[in-house]
Amino acid sequence: MKILVPVKRTIDYNVKPQIKRDGSGVNTEGVKMSINPFDEIALEEAIRIKERGDAEEIIAVTIAGSEAQQQLRTALAMGADRAVLVEVDETVQPPLAARALLKVREQEEADLVLMGKQAIDDDCNQTGQMMAALWGRPQATFTSKLELSEGTVRATREVDAGLETIEIDLPAVVTTDLRLNEPRFVKMPDIMKAKRKPLETTSLDTLGVERPAQLEVQTHEPPPQRGGGKMVESVDELLSELKNRGAL
Amino acid sequence: MTRILLIAEHDGKTLNPSTARSLAGAKEIGEQVDIAVFAADAGPVSEQAAALEGVQTVLAVERPENEHALAATLAPQIQELAEDYTHVLMPSTTFGKDVMPRAAALMGVPQVSDIMEVIDEHSFKRPIYANNVIVTVKTPAEPRVAGTVRPASFQAVGTGGQASIEKRSTSAELPDHTRFVELQADESDRPDLQSADRVVSGGRGVGNKENFEIIYRIADKLGAAVGASRAAVDAGFVPNDMQVGQTGKIVAPELYICFGISGAIQHVTGIKDAGTIVAVNKDPDAPIFEIADLGLVGDLFEIIPELEEKIG
Ligand SMILES: Cc1cc2nc3c(=O)[nH]c(=O)nc-3n(C[C@H](O)[C@H](O)[C@H](O)COP(=O)(O)OP(=O)(O)OC[C@H]3O[C@@H](n4cnc5c(N)ncnc54)[C@H](O)[C@@H]3O)c2cc1C
Ligand SMILES: Nc1ncnc2c1ncn2[C@@H]1O[C@H](COP(=O)(O)O)[C@@H](O)[C@H]1O
Repeated sequence: MKILVPVKRTIDYNVKPQIKRDGSGVNTEGVKMSINPFDEIALEEAIRIKERGDAEEIIAVTIAGSEAQQQLRTALAMGADRAVLVEVDETVQPPLAARALLKVREQEEADLVLMGKQAIDDDCNQTGQMMAALWGRPQATFTSKLELSEGTVRATREVDAGLETIEIDLPAVVTTDLRLNEPRFVKMPDIMKAKRKPLETTSLDTLGVERPAQLEVQTHEPPPQRGGGKMVESVDELLSELKNRGAL
Repeated sequence: MTRILLIAEHDGKTLNPSTARSLAGAKEIGEQVDIAVFAADAGPVSEQAAALEGVQTVLAVERPENEHALAATLAPQIQELAEDYTHVLMPSTTFGKDVMPRAAALMGVPQVSDIMEVIDEHSFKRPIYANNVIVTVKTPAEPRVAGTVRPASFQAVGTGGQASIEKRSTSAELPDHTRFVELQADESDRPDLQSADRVVSGGRGVGNKENFEIIYRIADKLGAAVGASRAAVDAGFVPNDMQVGQTGKIVAPELYICFGISGAIQHVTGIKDAGTIVAVNKDPDAPIFEIADLGLVGDLFEIIPELEEKIG
């Protein structure tokens, strides 16, 4: 079995995003960039599946500018066997990402697509579901536990009501939640080894990807700020403040 | 002419409060809103939906396959019903997040996730970067808009409405590649976290599962729902469905009180819509105090018993 792991280059989750002065976007210049944390979890899960002997090959893929080679190298160092960069200089939103990823999936004949439930930059939570829809295959989103058996996957999903388990037939798309696993740290020798692993570059046109309709992003602004808070010294003061505000 | 279809969230018996909140969002786009109830037996839920203020028609779509809300079975049916509408909406709960993008892709349209403000029929505000940035997005005018509505951003509409209920059948062929196995839900008599007026949360500072009893006790005293930080869930103090934050639940109670939570941005994202935020933490430099309306520095194991006693 081959596993395809889409990874997205995003601002590191510890960095507070700064809006550009003209509101046209978020500043990424000189900002620490990383693999989207949910994708790192997806990659870790793929590596564990391969280590158990249930997969032969892991291919990491991203649709991004050439600077995302850095994240693909990290993916290779973690344990992906090969990487594919679909190089673009246009805006990639979920409808386009899903179509491009689907073409790569087809080319690689991967049976399992393991990816993040959500990119922490756009917070869309759409790409996996869109990919599964266009492919006409099952999806398991918000997965916190994954069991593979012959031709099927049993996925436990973190839903608002609790934990839901579904069974899906392969091939399929699985999106990961945080508690699926804890990704390993990359070790120095692995970084060296990763330099020799294959990283192929292709384009949307080579893959024959159609451009779908996307959203027009008009402005970026900071969220409304909450009014300044107040420190209280005692439980009594807290209770009287709460009563004054009509909150108790 | 704007015609909106809102997909109801429910568990087969009860309409989820996210529906009434999303309806309020839908009404800001246009007056004509229908609600679709997909179920094996849509009876009780359709009636609850019909009672929501300002619904035109409730479409009851009964098929045995609709017993469990699976994206693979719902999406093609939503696509089928969507033909008559300019907007198709779902709440941005795990239900809507799972199903809507699948339906949007079948409809060939992009999706607006987490609508927090309606500007006009085609322009919306939504949060990105864990609520640190708000973007205004514009959808293509044709053929239709697909979106999820952020329930925390809208006040639920009232009841007392009397919409008509129409049975509707769908002919979409449904796949059998996705099968429901089970739902492990934590049965609790406490208020629902996402719709409660008061929420009390505990974090890593609570220490362990046994200690969490103190959080439940003060919550019960206040009639509050109970939430937690990711650290508390990861450490096994409480189940995952209690997590509040970017990857957990977004809550919008009138009063949110948290104990032993440091205030990481991913947690704060989930509580920004609360009326009054109270934080109790023993570290005076905890970032939670930067956003709390009322902060109290101290040990939660001393403060909670005192609170209990003084609330009476
Ligand atoms: C992609 C991503 C998504 C995430 N999503 C979420 C999410 O949805 N929700 C979420 O909560 N987190 C989320 N996190 C995790 C988040 O970054 C923090 O790690 C987490 O919120 C910390 O939880 P905490 O505040 O309970 O723990 P800590 O940060 O460890 O804070 C514990 C606090 O308790 C205080 N304390 C200790 N003992 C006492 C005492 N006796 N009395 C009073 N105070 C005490 C300490 O001073 C400290 O401030 C996410 C992280 C990532 C990377
Ligand atoms: N440009 C991209 N390249 C590779 N993977 C992507 C890209 N955009 C989204 N993804 C994948 O889709 C997931 C969900 O993203 P989103 O729908 O944008 O929240 C991410 O966690 C990635 O796994």
